[in-house]
Amino acid sequence: MTKISENALWMSGNEAIALGAVEAGVKVASGYPGTPSTEIMENLSTYDGVYTEWAPNEKVGLEVAIGASYAGARALATMKHVGVNVAADPLFTASYTGVCGGLVLVTADDPEMHSSQNEQDNRNYAFAAKLPMMEPSDPAEAKEMLKIAYDLSEDLDTPVMLRITTRIAHVKGVVAKGEMVTSHAACGISKVPDKMVMLPNIARGRRKFVEERMIKCRQLAETAEFNRIEPGDTKRGFITSGVSYLYVKEAFPEAAVLKLGMCWPLPENLIRTFAESVDELFIVEELDPFLELHIKAMGIDCHGKDLIPNQGELNTAIVRASIEQKPKEDLFAPVQLPLRPPNMCAGCPHRGIFFNLSKLNVFVSGDIGCYTLGFLPPLSSMDSCVCMGASVTIAHGMAKALGEGGHSKVVSVIGDSTFMHSGVTGLINTVYNESAATTIILDNRITAMTGQQNNPVSGYSIKGEAAHEIDLEGLCRAVGVKHVFVVNPHEIPETKAILKEAIALNEPSVVISKAPCVLLPEMKKRKPVSYFTHQENCVGCMACIRLGCPALSWTAFAEGEAEAKGFRKKQKGVSKIDEILCNDCGQCASLCKFDAITRKEEK
Amino acid sequence: MEVTGNILFSGVGGQGILLASEITALGLLAAGFDVKKSEVHGMAQRGGSVTAQLRYGKKVYSPLIEPGCADIQVAFEMMEAVRYLPYLHKGSKVVVNTQKILPPAVATGHAAYPESVLDELTARGIVVVPVDAFEIAREVGEVRTANVVMVGAMAAFMPVDGAIFEEAIRTRVPEKFKEVNIMAYRAGRNLTK
Repeated sequence: MTKISENALWMSGNEAIALGAVEAGVKVASGYPGTPSTEIMENLSTYDGVYTEWAPNEKVGLEVAIGASYAGARALATMKHVGVNVAADPLFTASYTGVCGGLVLVTADDPEMHSSQNEQDNRNYAFAAKLPMMEPSDPAEAKEMLKIAYDLSEDLDTPVMLRITTRIAHVKGVVAKGEMVTSHAACGISKVPDKMVMLPNIARGRRKFVEERMIKCRQLAETAEFNRIEPGDTKRGFITSGVSYLYVKEAFPEAAVLKLGMCWPLPENLIRTFAESVDELFIVEELDPFLELHIKAMGIDCHGKDLIPNQGELNTAIVRASIEQKPKEDLFAPVQLPLRPPNMCAGCPHRGIFFNLSKLNVFVSGDIGCYTLGFLPPLSSMDSCVCMGASVTIAHGMAKALGEGGHSKVVSVIGDSTFMHSGVTGLINTVYNESAATTIILDNRITAMTGQQNNPVSGYSIKGEAAHEIDLEGLCRAVGVKHVFVVNPHEIPETKAILKEAIALNEPSVVISKAPCVLLPEMKKRKPVSYFTHQENCVGCMACIRLGCPALSWTAFAEGEAEAKGFRKKQKGVSKIDEILCNDCGQCASLCKFDAITRKEEK
Repeated sequence: MEVTGNILFSGVGGQGILLASEITALGLLAAGFDVKKSEVHGMAQRGGSVTAQLRYGKKVYSPLIEPGCADIQVAFEMMEAVRYLPYLHKGSKVVVNTQKILPPAVATGHAAYPESVLDELTARGIVVVPVDAFEIAREVGEVRTANVVMVGAMAAFMPVDGAIFEEAIRTRVPEKFKEVNIMAYRAGRNLTK
């Protein structure tokens, strides 16, 4: 966040939501990191007067927020779109109980899957859980709508969802500072079993309430300022919400627009009035035909996904070309270039494990984190990746299906944070239901992929203060794993021997690969030490190159070059370490059999 | 609508693209423009190809640049100057750091770094401004200011007084790195003004 004048701030959507939470008087906030939601909680944790935490998973985070709401405080839960799947259980029933203090769940969706395994459209949750959902178009609106969401939550006795997408979360814009508002509710204990104890008999009563509440919300949506008609040329009229609104405004600046700030429930009268005022109606929305289906169900004729793509992000050019039915001409065609996918960092401890797995002829059941990059060449050692925690359970299921000896063909790989999120329940199942698949926990002390968030094994809280550090080895033993090994993944041959031993065992085993992420502040502060190459000793065997480390590169020899430089005539090239990039892990040195890689104390 | 400029920043995760685009945004805001900037976070940052898209004008709606509409591209790596060709047009200016960072397939000997890759741009009539930002930053005394050298080299193509970006650097950079960053900015600016 940067101040650009007395009342104007330059900030991202996520920073704006954090500020909105402060201005709305939020007292308790909990969430699990996940792109593109992470920076909301990170920023909120820097303000005074609001309690923040990283929960081990999204279900826990939402339940913490529900508890705070029951105690009368305004509460916030943040997560990425797929996190809402994990939190869906409490969400659907919190819809029945309603709230005491205002309760908002921010879902950060990721159309185009910039950093996600699917691009589900979480507007469907608002419909399914019978909750209001606000959908801002940019950072400034995100802040204002969060504040509106808290008022709605308390006025209507409902959790409210605020849906953002990557192009709101990670877009920066000008945001006005706002007034601090206070909650209508007061903190304290109130026992209202008819509202909070969802036994069938009581739930049936609340079920009726939910329908009445949504009717009330729909009426409110008819006249609320966040749903507005922007008059214009009525030849083509557009109904749109979220970031799609911005693309419509640029592609068709003169057209009449109905902008929906609340995408559920829908203001039916307002929509009918608008539809009748235009010659042709277009619904512009990313991903699912959510508005379109509900508007068509009202008997209104409109265009939508017959023209607009239902996959990936939209942008101004796509919206214009889809509606006009002609693509933009005269664009330069792309040039074929070597791809530059993301890669594990130089010195990343995960690399050592995946290098070994690539030699062990096993199916690697993977999980969500930086280590999913173990899939990419040259390591190419991940064979499935579905969702948080699924590595352990999928390996168990495969071992059961394969029958006798199947356990030695399958391993699972899961990070420390992901294991805490939902891996431990899978491990309990592996032990309880007796399969001998090996679980490899990549313990790098941090939730790394989302940018270094602490978790229950890090030993620090969201604010970086000392916190209880869970003993992973003790935890695995406590759930009944008899064979728990701890390895240093940088020592490649030693780790390989232990992996082979664990995989061969006919009982559940866990291998904890313990080495810190190289991006941890304490790792970055180390005295710079590097490995370097004695190229005269290099025989061009490429053992080190197969690690795929960004600090290592291969230079191929031209015809006759090897001999001219004093190498063996048939040598194909030499490898070299970039000492600036090297992070001192020594994995390459542990593989080199020709003394061509040594450590030196100073860069 | 009077959007007046689209700037595409491209490079490799870890090159300081976010700071460079941030300084540019703050300068344009100080000059009175509305600005929106779209960034890439998360998985793609791990050494992958990254972009930041900046749009400025009287009123900016979309945070994304349309294909064929980038007026200026600031590329922090040679191949990354060419990867986003469909975003450029014949009048685009491409300020490019002449550093090469080898992608995995090249570093492991499975592909070659394309020869004379910038010819792909000049052959299409695009103005290319090569800058040895790494060497200039080294001369300034801090190799990590290569990103700010690039902002300096870009400034000549902007419709604002270059001093405005110096103020942005002062706002955004920690105290002890302010002076060296200002020097880096001026060194970059002297190349093109």
